[in-house]
Amino acid sequence: MEKKVIEVRNLVKKFGSFVANDHLNFDVYKGEIFGFLGANGAGKTTAMKILCGLSSPTSGEVKVAGFDIYKETEKVKRNIGYMSQKFSLYEDMTISENIRFFSGIYGISPKDRKEKQEELLKDLGLESAKDSLIGSLPLGWKQKLAFSVAIFHDPKIVFLDEPTGGVDPITRRKFWDLIYEASDRGITVFVTTHYMDEAEYCNRVSIMNEGRIEALDTPENLKQQYGVKNMDEVFLKIARNKE
Amino acid sequence: MISIQHISKSYKEVQAVHDISLEVQKGELFGLIGPDGAGKTTLMRILMTLLIPDEGHATMGGFDVVKDYKRIRNIVGYMPGRFSLYQDLTVEENLNFFATVFKTTVAENYDLIRDIYIQIEPFKKRLAGKLSGGMKQKLALSCALIHKPEILVLDEPTTGVDAVSRKEFWGMLKKLQEKGITILVSTPYMDEAMLCNRVALMQKGKVLDIDTPHKLVENYTRKLYAIKSKDMHRLILDLREYEKTDSAFAFGQYLHVTGKDDEVEATEFENYLLKKDHYELEVFDIPPTIEDVFMNMMIE
Amino acid sequence: MKQFIGFLRKEFLHIFRDPRTMIIIFGIPVVQLMLFGKVISTDIQNAKIAILDQSHDNTTQRITSKLLSSGYFVLVKEMQVGDDVEEVFRKGIVKMVVNFGPNFEQNLERDGKEDVQLLADASDPNTARILTSYAGGIINDYVKKEKLQNIELPNQIKVEVRMLYNEGLKSVYMFVPGIMAMILMLISAMMTSISISKEKELGTMEVLLASPLKPLQIVLGKVTPYLLLSFINALTIILLGVFVFGVPIKGSFILLMGESFLFILMALSLGILISTVAPNQMVAMFISLLGLMLPTILLSGFIFPIQNMPLPLQIVSNIIPPRWFIVIIRNIMLKGTGIMFIWKETLVLIFMSFTFIALSIKNFKIRLE
Repeated sequence: MEKKVIEVRNLVKKFGSFVANDHLNFDVYKGEIFGFLGANGAGKTTAMKILCGLSSPTSGEVKVAGFDIYKETEKVKRNIGYMSQKFSLYEDMTISENIRFFSGIYGISPKDRKEKQEELLKDLGLESAKDSLIGSLPLGWKQKLAFSVAIFHDPKIVFLDEPTGGVDPITRRKFWDLIYEASDRGITVFVTTHYMDEAEYCNRVSIMNEGRIEALDTPENLKQQYGVKNMDEVFLKIARNKE
Repeated sequence: MISIQHISKSYKEVQAVHDISLEVQKGELFGLIGPDGAGKTTLMRILMTLLIPDEGHATMGGFDVVKDYKRIRNIVGYMPGRFSLYQDLTVEENLNFFATVFKTTVAENYDLIRDIYIQIEPFKKRLAGKLSGGMKQKLALSCALIHKPEILVLDEPTTGVDAVSRKEFWGMLKKLQEKGITILVSTPYMDEAMLCNRVALMQKGKVLDIDTPHKLVENYTRKLYAIKSKDMHRLILDLREYEKTDSAFAFGQYLHVTGKDDEVEATEFENYLLKKDHYELEVFDIPPTIEDVFMNMMIE
Repeated sequence: MKQFIGFLRKEFLHIFRDPRTMIIIFGIPVVQLMLFGKVISTDIQNAKIAILDQSHDNTTQRITSKLLSSGYFVLVKEMQVGDDVEEVFRKGIVKMVVNFGPNFEQNLERDGKEDVQLLADASDPNTARILTSYAGGIINDYVKKEKLQNIELPNQIKVEVRMLYNEGLKSVYMFVPGIMAMILMLISAMMTSISISKEKELGTMEVLLASPLKPLQIVLGKVTPYLLLSFINALTIILLGVFVFGVPIKGSFILLMGESFLFILMALSLGILISTVAPNQMVAMFISLLGLMLPTILLSGFIFPIQNMPLPLQIVSNIIPPRWFIVIIRNIMLKGTGIMFIWKETLVLIFMSFTFIALSIKNFKIRLE
């Protein structure tokens, strides 16, 4: 039986009278690549913020990396990584400075940091850019760096909020190579995306609509269940049903 | 209708647009396809007379983008990259404002926007800032059309919007095209290229190619295979190790693979992979998608 | 603890790499200190006075020369009997008149006492108080010194002070005009300065630019609503000043409102000008607050008299619009003067308004860069 790294029971989040998350129930297992899909305004971002400890639920039980999100928020934050499209690394600092900063926050010793930094730069082929300001690097490099820094401290789970938006098709795929590698290392990947082909790369996928989870299963099973050929059509069927 | 000749533009040291030339015919639905940094927004802003090119000329509806900017601003409808309407005005108020700015009324051209506006009309008294992404799109499109423009310029109208809204939006564009409006759209989504009459593939300020999507696919000369097995992740690693593989990329359920010099047969891949203990194996050749075409051009 | 230090290090990096923060930390305090130091001086020098000497005898002449050699006063006009004292104040030529009655010395020797009358323009009560107390002090000092020499007790020269326009030396008379200028200036300029910057920041400017709207239409369209609203503001302040603080309106109310309208127009135009150069709202507010508020408070003559400032600052104060408006309001409200006495200041405001509007339209970028 695989270990659960995220457990959500009856999660509710309200903003005034508006119910953004309506009794969500799901688990995520160690090493999974879990796709969290849904239309804009469906409640994805709200739920993700709660899982990251950035926002409190209105009610419900949530455990992330084995820690209770209400009482042990700090421990949760230590054991997760986060990367979003809007922010990743500080543009006015170099790669080294960024790594140094985040290492400090997550308590990585200087010795470990130096080793891991060398490895990271070599893997990405970016040794020459070590002392360049992030702001001066091309978008594709920034993406990859941001991801690598997000998992630098070997978190149990890494949350990715639409990490590949607007990026060219090759960089997009190279990014998913990194996701696979992380997953092989045992890091659970929780990712949201608007690219339906990326949904196919996930082990399991959940689709949210109007605050509820409408579907949760492997891509294969979902396609069979809805009698369609690809995830794009699964999504269409679910979204259109509600209209 | 739109003529672009050797347009270049840089900011500081970055060359945003480099020697671009293309023509858009009257009534065409023309796509600028490419990722961030391709130069799509810069090019569109030049056409919308909001930026002056460093080199080159362009005309919109026969008017020069630098000298005749006033006239162009009367005949073009524009939807810029991010939501640019007034968040603190209602749907109705936004629409009325733009109508008066263009010296017309909502009633005058209502039939043009009816199909679109009808979907947001129930919300007409809601503040624009409180609309969902899909509804904001529809409002922005309505405001861009309210003065019956000859040309419509849309900068990434479907970015950040879910798959369903995207499809709906393109449906609306097709209908507008039937009414004789020339439409220039930019998008990073390669699959949307298929919905255009012609496209320009752009990357890092340059045009890689211009043609109808079908011709672009036809001109792709490489032999392309779709390969699938039970363990997709291991599959891609094994294929990349295989000396006869030229490129192997994930494309949703299948990998798209090319062989070295296009001389590798499907059976060769099959045999290699079976030896690597892949089961539920599928290998067959497929025609390329625009994305394959684009990626191939990127590599070259 | 290590986390904390790591965070500290990052913050220092951000600070040193951001020129704006460096200016705030190091540049602004220095400027402020210099300004405050030079401006806040309650000492006076070379205050313009007139002397009405109806006796021209030894004593009056000795007192006069003592006054003039003190360095505090400068004689601008020797008045004659029958001159209109009021006019001299109304025109703003002098801040104080020293009046020696006829037969000064004789009266002094015969009766043992005589009065020197000091008339001061108390529409600026602080200055009036200082001038009269200095003058009084010098005169009493003369008395003391002379006593020691040859005048017998109990000869006294008494100083009689009359404060014109503001008998009660109510500081509110000084403040209300100043506050009015400051509030109207700040609010009008800030409001419009944010307005255009906001559109740039939100991205709605892009769509406006791509439309057939002309820059003139956009600029005037942004000024007009604020003009009307600020006018109501001005009215409110004046009414509060009159009914709550008892500040009089001795001159024409219509002229007062007219000049206020002009000032508001000028301030709004200045705001729009700021808006055309500021790329976003924060910068616009920053420029408005720092660039306008501080100079208005320090250099407009609102609190600290201009003539006490070192010459360079006096010159600078000429380009600060409230400086001219304060003169106008004080004249109309406290002295009851008409347009004839304030035409110069009015012209300055008109000129400033035109300049700002013209510059705004010129600066207004019809394109994005």
